[in-house]
Amino acid sequence: MYLSTVSRPVADQPGSGPRRRRFTMVSGNVVALGTVSLITDVSAEMVAAVLPLYLVLGLHLSPVAFGVLDGVHTGATALLRVVGGFAADRFRRRKLIAGVGYALSAVAKLGLLLAGRSIPAIGAVIAVDRIGKGVRSAPRDALITLSTPPEALGRAFGVHRAMDSVGAFLGPLAAFAVLLVVGQSYDAVFVTSFCVATLAVVVLVLFVREQPDGEAANGEAANGETNDLKVSVREAFGLLRVGPARRLVLAAAMLGLATIGDGFVYLLLQRRMDLGLRWFPLLAVGTSLAYLLLAAPLGVLADRIGRLPVVIGGYTALGATYLLLAGPVDGWPLIALALTLYGAFYAATDGVLIALAGPVLPARLRTTGIALVQTGQALAYLVSSVLFGLAWQAWGPENAIRAAAVAVAGVLVGTLLLLVSPSRLTTRKVPR
Amino acid sequence: MTAMSTRAKLGVVVASAVLLGTVAAGYAATAAQAPRTPPTAGGEQAVTLAPGPRLLAITDRHVSTVAATDPAGPRTVAGLECLRVYAAAGTGVCLKPETAWSYEVVVLDATLRQTRAVSVPGLPNRARVSASGRMVSWTTFVGGDSYTSSGFSTRTGILDTRTGTAVASLEEFAITRDGRGYRNADVNYWGVTFTADDNRFYATMATGGERYLVRGDLAARTVETLKENVECPSLSPDGTRLAFKEAVDADPAKGWRLSVLDLSSMRVTATAETRSVDDQAAWLGNGKLAYTLRRDDGQPDVWSVPADGSGTPTLVIPGAESPSPLT
Repeated sequence: MYLSTVSRPVADQPGSGPRRRRFTMVSGNVVALGTVSLITDVSAEMVAAVLPLYLVLGLHLSPVAFGVLDGVHTGATALLRVVGGFAADRFRRRKLIAGVGYALSAVAKLGLLLAGRSIPAIGAVIAVDRIGKGVRSAPRDALITLSTPPEALGRAFGVHRAMDSVGAFLGPLAAFAVLLVVGQSYDAVFVTSFCVATLAVVVLVLFVREQPDGEAANGEAANGETNDLKVSVREAFGLLRVGPARRLVLAAAMLGLATIGDGFVYLLLQRRMDLGLRWFPLLAVGTSLAYLLLAAPLGVLADRIGRLPVVIGGYTALGATYLLLAGPVDGWPLIALALTLYGAFYAATDGVLIALAGPVLPARLRTTGIALVQTGQALAYLVSSVLFGLAWQAWGPENAIRAAAVAVAGVLVGTLLLLVSPSRLTTRKVPR
Repeated sequence: MTAMSTRAKLGVVVASAVLLGTVAAGYAATAAQAPRTPPTAGGEQAVTLAPGPRLLAITDRHVSTVAATDPAGPRTVAGLECLRVYAAAGTGVCLKPETAWSYEVVVLDATLRQTRAVSVPGLPNRARVSASGRMVSWTTFVGGDSYTSSGFSTRTGILDTRTGTAVASLEEFAITRDGRGYRNADVNYWGVTFTADDNRFYATMATGGERYLVRGDLAARTVETLKENVECPSLSPDGTRLAFKEAVDADPAKGWRLSVLDLSSMRVTATAETRSVDDQAAWLGNGKLAYTLRRDDGQPDVWSVPADGSGTPTLVIPGAESPSPLT
């Protein structure tokens, strides 16, 4: 398995058909997982939309004290993600582990009701929700890769991520609808959110398959699954000794270093624009909209021209976003351009990177591998956001964002050096 | 799971959706609060902000007044809904619901008539009026941009009711920290209190995990730090002391002690109130502080304690919050 396999897949892919046709070309399992993600995101974003209202106006808690609790769990979540990924591989129960993750988050919604005004209890409930989210994403993405022929992975992830974003879009609307009907009862929002999340688990149990039909198409996967030996911890660690896999995890972590976080991007945009503060939340909506619309087309593009170029393009869009934030464009063109580019960055990298990683990782260790990629990115982002905060303090916002743009360029060069060897660049052969 | 036909699976999904929908709807039906009947405005006497021996407070989300001599006695409640209120010299500020999920800062005249409104982001937290009634300030909490992003930030704004000029957020002001210029993306302000000149003010500034008392200059658009671990300052009518909440062991997670800072000696005196006070206290004259405490079920009460560290806390207005003297 060579990285060139994924960066330059089979050329005769029909991918530019009309939307409907494209949709039918992802496997049933991917559509099922997308549906589960869509419903779950409705549930999650319902709670996200009203949680501040609930804490401050419902419980009269001081958010400042609440913030102190926050951020402690990031490390634990990162570790659990890898442990969950390994368990999914070892027992070949990716669906089960993903289901546990979805169920944990569902239960957390009810936990908010039981936590009452206790800050530690609320902190614990949010931690459970976050653990659920951390645990489920790697096995879910692994199932997508195992249900899809390698040459169609970009499209599969694109469709999945687009469905996911639709859910995130509908969630706040659902929450506000509930509040409109019941008045100020945040409890009713949590119970509704729990019911929605439970429905997602039902769909997962009934429609998501552990052994997808399409798996036979993936020769390597079939080999892996017929092997009766269980994945050992040693083997999992060995993953990082295999050249391509290690390079990929390293590259993912390095790419993570290029992201400074939505909070900073929107803050800079708001400062540049002197945007009315109350419109601030709409910046995230604009980005999601671009992400939603671009995820599937860019996934298809990744299958046609190669995933690495699309990922590189995505990070180029990120660098361009940073430059815009320090650049000469102003006013509404700035907002429109910046949010489109920022959404394009997500659309070109979030799913496509996993589509790039999937075939490089052996099927029997795929969940662990994807968990490592995601964890590496998350931890790197943690580092880079702190560094950006320090740069802001030392050099001021404009210079800090220019430095971030330079960092993106550096990270891109590093990624290219890691993932593309010169010989493959020239031959462009696809060993299959 | 034995093989089920797709039709059977869909049937189970639809049945689950109906069942779960019924659960949600049933819960919502029982949880839905009966629409609050807004207390009728007026009555025998209407709520007014004109200076007098009365206390202003929020009762069940509505503006109300009580007699200063009998604060637990008869209460006059207006139809105006506010989450936080304050008044001085016949000018009031009210953080008022605009829709179910947005709020506005409303400036009121003595008859509770709205003279100005400013839309603000986030959730109401603090509100103040300068002693002259000219300057108005507010603080709101703005949530993180997602469920998992960290914490909250605050926005604090100031409005000059005479000129109409507004500062949407103090974050634009130049900062001097410990004598040196300072900037950071994580700077947050809350809890403004004005001095008698209607230009200088005190407030809390948080950055890098520390919370500072700052003195600000509106005309110069600057703030400078004076002391650490001072939150929600409230200047005494004589301008010599600041009541504030001091985080226990400098850790807000451990709660706050209501304390008083003498501005000439910079000495801190803790009040006799040992329960955690998360409020910007109001001065009742130069000797006493009023503040909100919540019972275990979240219901508020207004309490009072001497500012010099003596005495014991006393319950002033049961079932009310956001106290303000009408001076």
